[in-house]
Amino acid sequence: MSKKPRPPEKVAVYVNGRLIGFHTNGIGLYRELRQKRRNGEINPEVNFGLNPKTKELHINTDSGRARRPYIIVENGKPKFTPELKEKLKKGEITWKDLVKMGVIEYLDAEESGEHMYLAISEKDLTNEHTHLDIDPLTITGITVSVLPFPEYNSSPRITMACAMSKQSLGLYTNNFQLRGDSRAHFLFYPQQPLVQTKPYKLLKFSERPAGQNFVVAITSYFGYNMGDAVVINKNAIDRALGRSAFYKTYETEERRYPGGQKDKFEIPNPTVGGYREEEMYRNLGEDGIIVPESEVKSKDVLVGKTSPPRFLEEISAFGLTEEKKRENSITAKSGEEGIVDSVMLTESPSGNKLVKVKVRSIKIPENGDKFASRHGQKGVVGLLAPQEDLPFTAQGIVPDLILNPHAIPSRMTAGHILEMIGGKAASLSGNLIDGSAFTGDKEEDIKKVLRNYGFEEYGKETLYDGVSGEQIETQIFMGVIYYQKLHHLVSNKMHVRSRGPVQLLTHQPTEGRAREGGLRFGEMERDCLIGYGAGLLLKERLLEESDKTVELVCNSCGSIAVHDHIKNRNYCPLCEGNELHEVEMSYAFKLLLDEIKAIGILPRLILKSKA
Amino acid sequence: MAKQTSDEKMRIIPGEAVGIVAAQSIGEPGTQMTMRTFHYAGVAEQVPTGLPRLIEIVDARRTPKKPMMDVSLDKDHAKDEKKASIVADEIEEITLVKISSIEEDFSKKLIHIKIDKRLLSDERLDIEEIRKKIKATGAERVELNGTVFTVKPKGDTLRSIRRVTNKIKELRLKGTKGISRSVVLKDKNELFVRTGGSNMIEVMNWPGVDSSRCYTNDIKEIEKVLGIEAARNAIIREVNQVLDMQNLDVDIRHIMLLADAMCMDGEVKSVGRHGLSGEKAGILARAAFEETIKHLITAAVKGEVDQLIGVTENIIIGQIVPLGTGLVNLKMKRLDKLIKAKSE
Repeated sequence: MSKKPRPPEKVAVYVNGRLIGFHTNGIGLYRELRQKRRNGEINPEVNFGLNPKTKELHINTDSGRARRPYIIVENGKPKFTPELKEKLKKGEITWKDLVKMGVIEYLDAEESGEHMYLAISEKDLTNEHTHLDIDPLTITGITVSVLPFPEYNSSPRITMACAMSKQSLGLYTNNFQLRGDSRAHFLFYPQQPLVQTKPYKLLKFSERPAGQNFVVAITSYFGYNMGDAVVINKNAIDRALGRSAFYKTYETEERRYPGGQKDKFEIPNPTVGGYREEEMYRNLGEDGIIVPESEVKSKDVLVGKTSPPRFLEEISAFGLTEEKKRENSITAKSGEEGIVDSVMLTESPSGNKLVKVKVRSIKIPENGDKFASRHGQKGVVGLLAPQEDLPFTAQGIVPDLILNPHAIPSRMTAGHILEMIGGKAASLSGNLIDGSAFTGDKEEDIKKVLRNYGFEEYGKETLYDGVSGEQIETQIFMGVIYYQKLHHLVSNKMHVRSRGPVQLLTHQPTEGRAREGGLRFGEMERDCLIGYGAGLLLKERLLEESDKTVELVCNSCGSIAVHDHIKNRNYCPLCEGNELHEVEMSYAFKLLLDEIKAIGILPRLILKSKA
Repeated sequence: MAKQTSDEKMRIIPGEAVGIVAAQSIGEPGTQMTMRTFHYAGVAEQVPTGLPRLIEIVDARRTPKKPMMDVSLDKDHAKDEKKASIVADEIEEITLVKISSIEEDFSKKLIHIKIDKRLLSDERLDIEEIRKKIKATGAERVELNGTVFTVKPKGDTLRSIRRVTNKIKELRLKGTKGISRSVVLKDKNELFVRTGGSNMIEVMNWPGVDSSRCYTNDIKEIEKVLGIEAARNAIIREVNQVLDMQNLDVDIRHIMLLADAMCMDGEVKSVGRHGLSGEKAGILARAAFEETIKHLITAAVKGEVDQLIGVTENIIIGQIVPLGTGLVNLKMKRLDKLIKAKSE
């Protein structure tokens, strides 16, 4: 093989990943392109990246690159000058102008990785620096940026806090009353947090908050807050702490069918096929639609609807096709009840009459509801304790929530502790605490506030036992912290079944809460019964409580026999034999036999009397 | 109840589901193992341990990922470090490529082999011997110039040259085939040789080796050389070792049952589709495991009858399983017959 010598500095140039040519001076080309972008000759959304290892210059103009703004630095001097700052404050120029002027530029991962030497703050600047960060907290994303004191927490907890803050209930939109979201939660009396971050304010989050400030004590309470459970003050709940509304919208339309027939909203006539009890239709108005503000119990009819028959009926005795309609109303789901909030009547995209019924129910915190702080500290309510039984301070302050101390050390969420004393300081002074990442208020500042108001600087309080009134020997850490109610509410999850519906195909119990299903007794559970030797219990679980059937089996040919309802006799369709026996088996097995037949194999059962 | 003898206490009650219990007893700590370590990070890993090794054993793979032998030495060599290390050196396989750099010259149709002088003397090899061996691989002409061999291979297509090079590379100069490394280690009070790679027959016959105390972690090889009983013991030993290393306490009898099941047909069988589960007696039991249709169709072609002996079959059809409480039955003696028999 012969090797052709290549010019050493030749650089391949790609636009959006496609090779368009070569250039002899890679770094020079990069500098020229960048200058052109800063001058406004090239769109600021374009980024360049020279990879010295592969000798490739990439020019990217496509979508989907995560980019971040930086202040441009030249000769150790940031281009964002105090004069510009003044102008910006006065509103003479805007952010867009700064980008246009080449003061600020957006870099993607490729360009920032190769061509950026970033100074975090102005005092760190040297001549080598190319860019200055606008603020250190810009290294986080939006979700993290609203969490207080993230730099004091371990990273997994931050991740969890982000995931959970997305599940929090609050004022999700101002026009929620007009909307028809299929399911929506809305927190009563949402509050803005006492410890906020700069991005929190910029996002105007406090206008649509998602949580409330709780007075929290970190201690145990008769074992009711073991293992991430929390104890909540019952009286606080009665004062509407953590109370929320749950809206569910049901919708249905008058569908048109081929042949000119259509559905009709009405109170169904008792003669209609599938008619429910009259009681179920009690709240419907003349138009067959439920009246607003009426109480709905589970399985009540919300919109009465009748549909034309599925199959064309036979011609009746009079020679006319009689209209045999069928009941097709929509009902509230089982276990879901509330009050009809509003009824909306419109037209569907296909021009049919469309009804939406919004049902509202009030969700008062109860055992099993999930709460979380903004530090990945989640917990479910373990007890609603009456206020008089809870510990109190000499001033008469009673915690709203009691968190177990075991929740803290192993998880290393120091931010949680800091927010607690921060919230406490804010409540005393009336000033919000800044919890922004890296630049927020410091522990010492918060302590100073506490000291000034005559409180113990570490946030400890002397508490008195609510039951006996005796002073509790040890001091207990107490503070105010922002807690979120998460949308995992037990009332939307609770599920029991003793008897219930079965599947059509297998005759086995249905699956899932929505279908009132059973809990699966799976393969591994089965293994456990076998391992224990509980043969009879095993049969009961897998047969008696599942899909037991009795089938007729022909003794001469071993196939399943049938019952002729018209002649009222049993016969074997295969061999006409009539020595038939009733055999107890699982319906799944009968189905298996049918499926084996379907692949062209005839299975035969050989019968023997039981030993 | 009468006092039980210890033998009676040890006996397992009829109908006890020993298989399931054994499977659960090995399987449960097995899940713990996955979570804890897959392999030790950093330190050069020798033999796979933990779950990967367990899977290897249970699957009855032909060769383990890292075959390894522990070779005990006879009385003469076990105490003497020098003698032991000589044995270790001798066992180790030295191929030509290990002590030389080999280059092909396609334009002149020659192969150049440059021998490393130091390695040559380290391994106590004779250069003339090597020359003879190279000659035997299919070289037309071998020239020796200092430490460089120039080989003219037979045939002159590129392919035939490459074939000869590959042969030369793998040319064994001394030692046993398959033993790539060997070191002398010290046990409590004697020396033994640990090798990378395994070749039981040759190593056992090596002078200085105590052939009654040679161990390899290649179970299939043990089966081939020492027979099925030895293989069974090797399975028990290996599984136990894996579990011990993780500090998991599993009763040896569960492992013994596993080994017995794997060896019961006279050859080591894997647990799975191609082994134990694929050869169950019941059609339904096999069909329920894997490849349902294949089993049903072959059963249909052969006209097989499922006697419904096993547990799985009876669960499928919905009968009481012949195990535990389901094994017990009542037999009734008819009273009238009893009276009749008495009166006669």
